[in-house]
Amino acid sequence: MENHGFAFLAPWLVFAPVVGLLINIILGGWFMKQPWGEKAIGAVAVLASGAAFVVSVLLAYTVSAAHGEALTVPFAQWIHIGTLELDWTFRLDSLSTTMMLVVSGVGTLIHIYAIGYMHEDVRFKNDIPRYQRFFVFLNLFIAMMMILVSGDSYMMLFVGWEGVGLCSFLLIGFWYDMDTLGRSSWANSNAAKKAFITNRIGDFGFLIAGFLMFWYLGSFQFDQVFEAAPALAHEHPGIIVLITLFMLIGVAGKSAQIPLYVWLPDAMAGPTPVSALIHAATMVTAGVYLITRSAELYTLVPQAQYIVAMTGAGTALFAATIAVGQYDIKKVLAYSTISQLGFMVAAVGMGAYVAGMFHLITHAFFKALLFLSAGSVILGLERGHHHLAHHGHGHHDGHHEEVFDPGDMRNMGGLRKTMPVTFWLYMIGTLALAGIVPFAGFWSKDEILLDASLHYPGVYALLTIAAFLTAFYMGRQVWMVFFGEARHAAAAHAEESPLIITAPLMVLAALSLLGGGLNLPFEGFHNLGHWLEHTLHEVEALPLNLQVAGISTGLALAAIFVSWWLYGRNPLKAKQPDPLKKPLGLIFEGMENKWFVDEGYWAVFVNRYVDISRFLADKVDWWFWHDIFHEKVIAGTYNWLSNVFLNDVADQKGIDAFANFLGRATQWLSAATRKLQNGFVRSYALSVLLGVVIILGYLIFK
Amino acid sequence: MVPTNFYITLSAILFATGAMGVLVRRNPLIIFMSVELMLNAANLAFVAFASQHGSLDGQIFVFFVMTVAAAEVAVGLALIVQIFKSKHSINVDEVNSLKG
Amino acid sequence: MTIDQILFFILAAVAVATALGMVFSKNAVYSALFLVLNFATIAVFYLLLGAPFIAISQVTVYAGAIMVLFLFVIMLLGAESLPPGKVLRHQWIYASGLALILVGEAVYILLGRNAATGMIDRPDAFLNTVDSLREIGMALFTDYLLPFEATSILLLVAMVGAIVLTKQEKGGQK
Repeated sequence: MENHGFAFLAPWLVFAPVVGLLINIILGGWFMKQPWGEKAIGAVAVLASGAAFVVSVLLAYTVSAAHGEALTVPFAQWIHIGTLELDWTFRLDSLSTTMMLVVSGVGTLIHIYAIGYMHEDVRFKNDIPRYQRFFVFLNLFIAMMMILVSGDSYMMLFVGWEGVGLCSFLLIGFWYDMDTLGRSSWANSNAAKKAFITNRIGDFGFLIAGFLMFWYLGSFQFDQVFEAAPALAHEHPGIIVLITLFMLIGVAGKSAQIPLYVWLPDAMAGPTPVSALIHAATMVTAGVYLITRSAELYTLVPQAQYIVAMTGAGTALFAATIAVGQYDIKKVLAYSTISQLGFMVAAVGMGAYVAGMFHLITHAFFKALLFLSAGSVILGLERGHHHLAHHGHGHHDGHHEEVFDPGDMRNMGGLRKTMPVTFWLYMIGTLALAGIVPFAGFWSKDEILLDASLHYPGVYALLTIAAFLTAFYMGRQVWMVFFGEARHAAAAHAEESPLIITAPLMVLAALSLLGGGLNLPFEGFHNLGHWLEHTLHEVEALPLNLQVAGISTGLALAAIFVSWWLYGRNPLKAKQPDPLKKPLGLIFEGMENKWFVDEGYWAVFVNRYVDISRFLADKVDWWFWHDIFHEKVIAGTYNWLSNVFLNDVADQKGIDAFANFLGRATQWLSAATRKLQNGFVRSYALSVLLGVVIILGYLIFK
Repeated sequence: MVPTNFYITLSAILFATGAMGVLVRRNPLIIFMSVELMLNAANLAFVAFASQHGSLDGQIFVFFVMTVAAAEVAVGLALIVQIFKSKHSINVDEVNSLKG
Repeated sequence: MTIDQILFFILAAVAVATALGMVFSKNAVYSALFLVLNFATIAVFYLLLGAPFIAISQVTVYAGAIMVLFLFVIMLLGAESLPPGKVLRHQWIYASGLALILVGEAVYILLGRNAATGMIDRPDAFLNTVDSLREIGMALFTDYLLPFEATSILLLVAMVGAIVLTKQEKGGQK
């Protein structure tokens, strides 16, 4: 143990957040009654998450001190049945510690942000006690995510995988009794259910992959699986293809790829810190992590790799087109997230694991930044709206009846002046996402594109278009939100957020600015590549390709210019339709309505499923099973049996008759024998003589 | 020379006769006499065997039986007298108050 | 057939006849007298079997004491025959049947299974001396002392019982 540095701290990755959430569960109610209660709860949650970050740093240091050797820290026995041996073991290597750093680092920043954000959110939604619950869930999420990334086997990973799914469900449905605008409705809980159920489909794939793995490879443990896989690939390559493709279904569910991405936009129903932490920075990258972790399996089957890459690239482009047509600030970011996850999946599908992980990290930074900034914008509008309502400004007399959507970009505009800090932070995030030199997004995206250009031209083409669209819709968003004139009184009166909200944003902005330094495409700067090399073994360190970089940067700049030309040159007026609507016509209609995928799913799957359920419920269950089988067959038979057969025949004619017969026989016998006891002594004497004769006869003839 | 079997057979006949008397007669005095006859039949068998085996034990047993019979008759007759005093009849068929 | 056997059969015939007479006599006094005769016959059998002491006891105790007692009671209660009984009409059929079966069984045991195949001689002359009586006395007062004393107590108890049962309460109703 002493040789393993701080490895003994590994369980605290999980238990630090658990301790935090337990404190908040047990003492939170009391905290909430104190004037400093919210701060205490927030501080506990932040400290718990921060402790996990400190542990992650120490573990990363330990791994690096061990020259990247993978360390395992056995913690507890879990399931031992036959040849199945599942233990809770922490695996510390360069890949898992990287994920731990991202999760706990970004997570801690978002915890800090959430202190300020939720403080206002619970007040806008008029339910202050729910503040406590939020941080309990948030800490639980950190704990589950840590189990996911630190697990030493696919099953431990799956435990975390399900755990974060649960937290996602709980947090999407955090305002379960209202919709995103605070109206009483079940919209948010429906969104939560949608996310949960969609993920179940993915988990089904994951489980099948796990079963196949155990059946053919005999283990869930990473090293054992990877050790046994080449032999199996030699004998039955199809099995590995099946395992990897079923795993891809799980990835598609968790990382929101085609065809299971539909839950992620709806997941924006959760509070903004949740969108940032779970649905942008960490949980949704679990699928990317899973593929990266299973690199040795995917490397064995190029066909599966190609499918993964195409899935990712297709998702990247498809989601990007939808993002162009959205008006909700968070929806745009949500589709952007799907698109960027597509980039990552495409990268790991191509075998560019370092590029995928690199993009995962930078994306965590700048997408968290964007989401949190968007949250700040939304809060700013809420404040402005609130301000109006209280000061009786303007013409909003019946404002309580009027529905105001603080997330609708058509209500914004001109926020550059009212929220300058948020504007600059948002700009950094936008440029990073758009892939402008020298922001973090440029380096990571460029690495993916470079890999694609070398090996998969089709993927390269799709991703390049997606990159163009990315820059375009981000430009559109920035012009619509921050430039021009306020299209709503609330936007005009928007107020800047306090430091507790902007401080974490500044840190994230710095990371978005400098994050590219992790893995610069120059000789001697492939830090992340060399770091992950210890775990991933084969890492291609590509130099900067000026052609690829030039094309992508040029396209990004062009896209921003086009967006300026459309949205910045002539700022939108209130109620004015989108300027793209006219030239693109039906295409824009499709983009605006998410290509009707949800409606299609409803028509093809959900309604059919409901039909089948109705059929099963009404016809099969109620009509057949209940009415006919239970009522007529079972109950009827039972009634007949009990009333007619058992009661009349068996009981009355059988058992009763027998009992009555016994009674009558006894009566008759006693009546008969009573006569023997006739009081005549001579009769008794006759009996005695009879007895003598019989006994004597017995003695003779025995 | 008389075979022992003759005596035993005679004893059996007398015993059966006495038993029949006990069963058929309603006069308790005659029933008692029949009982005495049965006892005598048994005594005869005792003495016959004693004589065959040249032993005195049989005779002594007969002596005890006679003693017991005397005692029995004394008590039995006293009972009959008492019953007659209360019932004014000596018909055993009328003494049936234990009828079930 | 020897003289002994002829004598036996004559006596046996008398014994059986008197027994049946005792059982079937209507008159209780006749019954008692038939029984006396029967006892006397059996006493003769005892003599033939070489048991003079028992024979004398039979005559004195049974034929003398007991039968006199019977006759007293018969006289006391009235010797009139009872009217025909209304109950147990078939009693005599069952009784005679069972009695016959009983005899049959006894005979079967004796003859069919050869249970007791001995012969009885004429009694010894020795038996007519006082010595044989002394032997019985010796046996009674040595080997059978305890039963002998028990019978004396039995007789005492019977005597007390008879007195108590028949005692007239002074000033009582009876």
